[in-house]
Amino acid sequence: MNAQHNPARIIAVQESFVTIRMADSNARPLMKNEMVEICPQQGSAEYPVRLKAEIMRVNGKEAHAQVFENTRGVGIGDPVVQTGQMLSVSLGPGLLGQVYDGLQNPLEELAVQYGTFLPRGAEESALDRKRSWSFVPIVQVGTRLKAGDVIGTVQEGRLAHKIMVPFDQPGEVVVTWIQQGAFTIDMAVAHLKDEKGREQTMTLSQKWPVRRPLPTHMLEKNLCKRLYPSEPLITTQRIIDTFFPIAQGGTACIPGPFGAGKTVLQHLMAKYSTADIVIVIACGERAGEVVEIITEFPKLTDPRGGGSLMDRTIIICNTSSMPVAAREASIFTGITLGEYYRQMGFNVLILADSTSRWAQAMREMSGRLEEIPGEEAFPAYLDSSIKSVYERAGIIQSRDGDIGALTLVGTVSPAGGNFDEPVTQSTLGTVKSFLGLSADRAYKRFYPAIDPLLSWSRYLEQLAPWFTKKFSGNWDKQVGALLALLQEGDRVNQMMQVTGEEGINLDDFVTFLKARLLDDAYLQQDAFDPVDASCSLARQEVVFNLIYKLVNRTYTFADKDAARHHFITVTGLFKNLNYAGEKSPDYDSLLSQLEQIAADS
Amino acid sequence: MVNALIRYSKVLEIRGDIIRIQVPKRLVEQGNGPRFGELAVVEDQPSFLSLAQVIDLRMESVTLQLFQGTKGLSTDASVRFLGHPMGVTYSENILGRVFRGNGSPIDGGPDLSQEPRVPLGGPSANPMRRKLPSNMIRTDVPMIDLFNCLVESQKIPIFSVAGEPYNAFISRIGIQADSDIVVFGGLGLIFDDYHFFRTSLEEAGVFSRTVMFINQASDPVVERLLVPDMALTVAEHFAVNEGKRVLVLLTDMTAFADGLKEVGVSMDQVPSNRGYMGDLYTQLATHYEKACNFAQGGSVTILGVTTMPGNDVTHPVPDNTGYITEGQFYLHNGVIDPFGSLSRLKQLVIGKVTREDHGQLMNTLIRFYSGAKEAEQKQAMAFELSNFDHKLLKFGGLFRERFMDINVSMPLENALDLGWQTLAECFDAGELLMKQALIDKYFVQ
Ligand SMILES: Nc1ncnc2c1ncn2[C@@H]1O[C@H](COP(=O)(O)OP(=O)(O)OP(=O)(O)O)[C@@H](O)[C@H]1O
Ligand SMILES: [Mg+2]
Repeated sequence: MNAQHNPARIIAVQESFVTIRMADSNARPLMKNEMVEICPQQGSAEYPVRLKAEIMRVNGKEAHAQVFENTRGVGIGDPVVQTGQMLSVSLGPGLLGQVYDGLQNPLEELAVQYGTFLPRGAEESALDRKRSWSFVPIVQVGTRLKAGDVIGTVQEGRLAHKIMVPFDQPGEVVVTWIQQGAFTIDMAVAHLKDEKGREQTMTLSQKWPVRRPLPTHMLEKNLCKRLYPSEPLITTQRIIDTFFPIAQGGTACIPGPFGAGKTVLQHLMAKYSTADIVIVIACGERAGEVVEIITEFPKLTDPRGGGSLMDRTIIICNTSSMPVAAREASIFTGITLGEYYRQMGFNVLILADSTSRWAQAMREMSGRLEEIPGEEAFPAYLDSSIKSVYERAGIIQSRDGDIGALTLVGTVSPAGGNFDEPVTQSTLGTVKSFLGLSADRAYKRFYPAIDPLLSWSRYLEQLAPWFTKKFSGNWDKQVGALLALLQEGDRVNQMMQVTGEEGINLDDFVTFLKARLLDDAYLQQDAFDPVDASCSLARQEVVFNLIYKLVNRTYTFADKDAARHHFITVTGLFKNLNYAGEKSPDYDSLLSQLEQIAADS
Repeated sequence: MVNALIRYSKVLEIRGDIIRIQVPKRLVEQGNGPRFGELAVVEDQPSFLSLAQVIDLRMESVTLQLFQGTKGLSTDASVRFLGHPMGVTYSENILGRVFRGNGSPIDGGPDLSQEPRVPLGGPSANPMRRKLPSNMIRTDVPMIDLFNCLVESQKIPIFSVAGEPYNAFISRIGIQADSDIVVFGGLGLIFDDYHFFRTSLEEAGVFSRTVMFINQASDPVVERLLVPDMALTVAEHFAVNEGKRVLVLLTDMTAFADGLKEVGVSMDQVPSNRGYMGDLYTQLATHYEKACNFAQGGSVTILGVTTMPGNDVTHPVPDNTGYITEGQFYLHNGVIDPFGSLSRLKQLVIGKVTREDHGQLMNTLIRFYSGAKEAEQKQAMAFELSNFDHKLLKFGGLFRERFMDINVSMPLENALDLGWQTLAECFDAGELLMKQALIDKYFVQ
């Protein structure tokens, strides 16, 4: 807020869309994407309401703005305060473990302040301003620094949180004062002087506009660089890690009809993935699903050790009944936080559920702006918007040599479950791993319902060197062979639908049974079983080799019944193996029974 | 309410359900112009009277949507702004009462105009003040209790098609389900259906703890759009203020979506899919998300009916609904389909508040029933049938008769016992593929 300027005024209201006009005298210039605050003159008595809005289009002295709240009670002539800032997030220690709305208001603070409901225009500081952090400088007075360089760290849980020079700092700065000790996020920890001799103060926190990729300036000035992803993000889901891997710093999408298991799959990734930090963006989906996370995660331990699962998690929660414009922003809010931790050298996983709701929010806003609609009324820039979101994933090496990754996995909720729609198609055009869920598999309760005949991962090839080095020289060929077996099994199955079992020969029938075994015992994984829910990479190697042997040994059966009986037995053993804890006696005995069967021929 | 006294009478446009009127510049400049969402009364000679709501504001004009529609409205009409948004009567005294979509009682009962009113809609609940659901709502319908439990605070629709007994079914659940208050929202109901609901609730003795909001097929469409808001606002207040466990029944939400489409078209919005506007998802979600288990307070559970035009689940209305709700019950051919139906909250109660064998038994019964369907298919194609196929065929017949028939009513425990008995009549213990401990305890051949 700036007292020297006269406020703009509301001149039109349509739903959550307002038109404002700048003051006749002493006006502040209108800026695209500027945040403005509407002050309805008939606010509720309890507290003065200020409704945040973002300027989407400027037209002479007028501008259209999208309001992040319900506009009930707004009238013509209401004053509008221009902030001169773009929509930004606060970056600094204390982000981990938080649950934020799409505009980074901490929901717990709002609950403490306002109770059961989320009142309009309520605002709380994103970072705890009272908490103090112990700051340890790593530079001295006189050190020359550039954008993104580290001046020191504070300990945030088990992570060393780097305090960095503003990411868009032009040129070089020199440290003129720096101090060790306990500080709150608003206190000065260092002074920097730029080339023109201007001094600036650094605190533990800084702001960044969410719609701008955080490393933009640093990449332009070669202050950090992007690397090519070459390691997998281990999800501990067998079908993903083995057949459709996702690279650290890579992108993946999970499209599927309603109820197919997108959210359950993402929650599994949030729990078990080998990431340092997980950011869950609940974008236009159910509040109940967020409640599940915030109830469960504090009770689970972080697979990387030290603290609860919640301590490595940030939730951005803009569920379906929360304002649409904030839903559109929530994806960017989440990604910006992810970029921040990546810049410190951490391995960040972002799970966005669902990107379709984000695209729909964009569609609603575009409709209000009366832009020319494209396919299914989505705006013409849908494709480029989706691409630019996924492009914010990637690996970054900063000047201190540390390497951070940001992996982005989004769900897609195609209308009618039909992948032939604009959001799915644009997403498929940009991501490198496609985990397509099929209604058919969900209906049969084959979870996770990733359809192996439909899905693909371009990382399979990209990561082959990593896997062959880690496991065996023919890992990639073996994976390829098993994928081919699934295709074969499907071909036989289709034939059987027409001719009945009696219409195919014994060899084909055995192929079909092998494919079924691979599906039942390896691809399917029970999310609700305490053991099977997560399968470590080491364990995957063991069971993969086992199943590979089982489907590649030779079999001689008297007839189809004998074959079926054999494979049912093996499936039963394998399923029990999957349910058996790794060090349990059951595990050892089942494993040796199956090894025995695999060695027979 | 400075402006409540002023009548605006310069009508600029009348179209669809909306009118646009001129607002004197002087008022606006004084900050006394109408406000977005404000309620107004529109009057005209000889006896036209309708509530209306501000849906668009400009410098010199304001657009209002009339709840009663604009039929017979002339340029002589006048508008009075009331200075507050739309609300609904909320007090203990609304129990046992019936209202129409504009909020006025239609049952000829005592006057309620002096009772407190609360604004419609209202903000959403803070997820930090929601609680993980954990109570099962017993319905005594085995296809629900046994296979897809209804859980307190769940939002779940019945997907069905015209001609199916969904109204009878939803009213039966409203009556049998264990809840403190039932709020019924009827959208585009034909008179006979309204009569049916009302008498069944009365006869079952639940009427005194029921509130009904009824939009009949002949009532204006704008009022129809208000019914879910009214029902859910009242439900939410009972849950939060009184700690009540409220069950909301909404039928038929497809009529709601169609109403939105109609209004959208009349306002020249660009449709996104088969005539429905791009915000259909958001519109449905803001209503369904009112289902909530309050950390401090009771709960709101929503059971709706969504009829699927052309029996097509990919139609925008059932499709968007499925993406919002926590599962669905498919009602077709007079039975609840065991495969397409899904309660996403069932894992929160099965085996936790229900008997230990519930989960495994449910899965086994479903697995065999799906085997039975395959065997039936083989039979229909005249393929060879194995011994086991014959067992499955027998099981399939019994399963349909004992569990799927919509008229069956029994407590969960009896249904579990009947499940074991049915398995025993058809299969050997070795064929069950269940935990041995459970077989030992419950399987008696
Ligand atoms: N891996 C799994 N293991 C066991 N059950 C599962 C699994 N995945 C999904 N389910 C079942 O399917 C239900 C729906 O899954 P989920 O909520 O993930 O669907 P979704 O694809 O996210 O649907 P929507 O698009 O409507 O959000 C779950 O509640 C659960 O009962
Ligand atoms: Mg989901």
